[in-house]
Amino acid sequence: MTQTPLLDLSGLTKAYPGVVANDDVSLTIAPGEVHALLGENGAGKSTLVKMIYGLVKPDAGHMKMFGQPFTPTEPRAARAAGVGMVFQHFSLFDALSVAENIALGMENAPKMNALSQQIRAVSDTYGLPLSPDRVVGDLSAGERQRVEIIRCLLQEPKLLIMDEPTSVLTPQEVEILFKTLRKLSAEGTAILYISHKLEEIRALCDSATILRLGKVVGHCVPRETSARDMAEMMVGKLLQTPMRAGKTPGDVVLELKNLSARSPSAFGMPLRDISVCVQAGEVLGIGGVAGNGQDELLAALSGEMLTAPGMVSFKGRDVSLLGPTPRRSMGILSAPEERLGHAAAPDMSLTENAMLTAAARENLDRGGMLDWGAARIFAEKIIEIFDVRTPGPGNAARSLSGGNLQKFVIGREVLQRPDLLVVNQPTWGVDASAAAAIRQALLDLAENGTALVVISQDLDELMETSDRFAALNEGRLSPPRPAQGLTVDEIGLMMGGAHGMEVAHV
Amino acid sequence: MDLSAINPILFIAGFLVAATPLIFAAIGELVTEKAGVLNLGVEGMMITGAICGFAIAVETGSPLMGFAAAAVGGALLSLLFAFLTQVTLANQVASGLALTLFGLGLSALLGQSYVGIKPPRLGDMNFGPLADIPVLGPILFTHDIILYLGFALVAATWAVLKFTRAGLILRAVGESHDAAHALGYKVVRIRTLAIMFGGACAGLGGAYISLIRVPQWTEGMTAGVGWIALALVVFASWKPWRLLLGAYLFGGITQLQLNLQGVGVAIPVEYLAMSPYLITIIVLVILSRDKSAAPACLGRTFHASS
Repeated sequence: MTQTPLLDLSGLTKAYPGVVANDDVSLTIAPGEVHALLGENGAGKSTLVKMIYGLVKPDAGHMKMFGQPFTPTEPRAARAAGVGMVFQHFSLFDALSVAENIALGMENAPKMNALSQQIRAVSDTYGLPLSPDRVVGDLSAGERQRVEIIRCLLQEPKLLIMDEPTSVLTPQEVEILFKTLRKLSAEGTAILYISHKLEEIRALCDSATILRLGKVVGHCVPRETSARDMAEMMVGKLLQTPMRAGKTPGDVVLELKNLSARSPSAFGMPLRDISVCVQAGEVLGIGGVAGNGQDELLAALSGEMLTAPGMVSFKGRDVSLLGPTPRRSMGILSAPEERLGHAAAPDMSLTENAMLTAAARENLDRGGMLDWGAARIFAEKIIEIFDVRTPGPGNAARSLSGGNLQKFVIGREVLQRPDLLVVNQPTWGVDASAAAAIRQALLDLAENGTALVVISQDLDELMETSDRFAALNEGRLSPPRPAQGLTVDEIGLMMGGAHGMEVAHV
Repeated sequence: MDLSAINPILFIAGFLVAATPLIFAAIGELVTEKAGVLNLGVEGMMITGAICGFAIAVETGSPLMGFAAAAVGGALLSLLFAFLTQVTLANQVASGLALTLFGLGLSALLGQSYVGIKPPRLGDMNFGPLADIPVLGPILFTHDIILYLGFALVAATWAVLKFTRAGLILRAVGESHDAAHALGYKVVRIRTLAIMFGGACAGLGGAYISLIRVPQWTEGMTAGVGWIALALVVFASWKPWRLLLGAYLFGGITQLQLNLQGVGVAIPVEYLAMSPYLITIIVLVILSRDKSAAPACLGRTFHASS
């Protein structure tokens, strides 16, 4: 191929205080190419695309677009040059309508009526049905992503950057997204696709660049490389798959009977008539697209949200009306999804955070007096056993990287010997080797007779850890099925299919 | 006691005047809050506007110059708040309270030599024959230009927020500053402008009290109208027309209780004096069932981390 590359990056370097986010990164993308950017969290993928999108200015190196120097100083300039970006955390405004959201991302937005027409036209062409008048706060994650994609498509981009686009989609929605992306690629739009879901990359991408610690460590053609090889290039070492031994579940530990409850938050999802049992030594995996009642279910189990009597029982005792502290002392522990602000208090030290959930079970609270010495020893134990990288337990929770804090949060609960542990997204944003360690710890816990409820959006994780699998959809829980032998299609259907999506008519 | 001593026409015309300071202060705060900034310094900016307007009107002899100075004074004081909260990222609640205390003190200092003076009077607009219409004429067409400006400001704010791109961007910044930043909008600049608009409006509201409603200068003469304005924005669910309604309700009851005091109703004055605050808040609490209208980023500090 001798054609001019659409985008040519050479020697890009960006340093932040104490860390080099990108070190001499070079890559080229041809028109119509689907190029994957692979790497663990903190490898520098986000920084690189932010430079292309004009959000971050490189310290050194240069970019060329169609052979011309390309130095966007702000996102507007990048958009004007034909770069569109779909963000990992959607940059959408909940209280505004779809059309208003799209208008905000355009340079010269037409009048609202005309814009609504255009939105309908593009959504028909690419098989992404979306009503321009709906308020974004009411949309599902898949629909929100469509808003972002359509916003980009309306500007007819030459390069579309997608940052972890599938992490919140059902398998069917992923399939539809891929059809749309292939159609775009066939029309000559290049796509820069960031993900760490390797099977998806193998299915979609023409070429891949792998980053580790800010440096390019390799290129490959994903179709010809195994997922394992790519993963090992990303991590730089051999991966261990969590091991589990066969076991027979014991007595019923948790029983939910027709659990229904309204969500405490305005845009939340109510729980609707959930009935399920979890036995000792069993892992119940709960899948489903984010926002279908996961947070509410965790809150109902942990005691943050109280329910009507009789709905939640633990070892045969009704605990529906007990708050988190009594439930904790009985052995019901939980680790919510949001690390900063929910699972951990950001500005408190690790010792203080250890004290916060472990006071009752670890005897750190003696007649109202806190035993800080013991709390510190407990925090040090978590740090050591779970390999949390931090200078010491006196450091603030906020100072830890996401993955390290996650290890701490999970470790803190695991080491309190729970009888029932509920976790939501236990390995979200954690790199592959740390994720494997966390899953292993959860499985070891089940081995020793703890009942586990693992709520996650990562299907691979659920398949790896669960004995039985159920899906949350619109606040309802599907009947659990044995995890072994479930196919991706079956799981997708349990998760509610494609939320009213049609397959693109290519 | 003789209730027939209350002239309904004068009463209605009077409550339009009583409501105007509140309309200005509240519509300014509404715009500020729509941009995601909670400025609790309304009272301080009002009283500063009241003295700036009063002093300049007395010195120049022109009430309109006074109003212009009031707007500038309020905006300048709000710039201090903008610096604290948008540049040094200070807590908005604490900064707003400090602004109120500072404004009260500053205005007392500035106003020392103006106590007991009468300001120049701003004449009423001349609507010609319209003012001669029975009943409606005296109620609607015998006011000064600033009162009509207040009404126009509410209409304009509603239209700008609803129909224009500038309004859309303002609301977007208040809904999610991170998302707005990611799209390339200048969050700090937009918020600073909104804060200054709020300050200018509060200043105008204050000057309306010192130049037209009372008209004289006394320390602390805004007497909590700034706080009512803050409450009004929340209870009006950040909707301009509902805010106007609330302001008229408050103005109406204020005027009514003054009239009732005038005719000697046998209720202790203290109860009458507290009634406008009480009734306005009760009615607006009932009206404001849909709490979801609050800008999602209201009061949150924005720091561009990337």
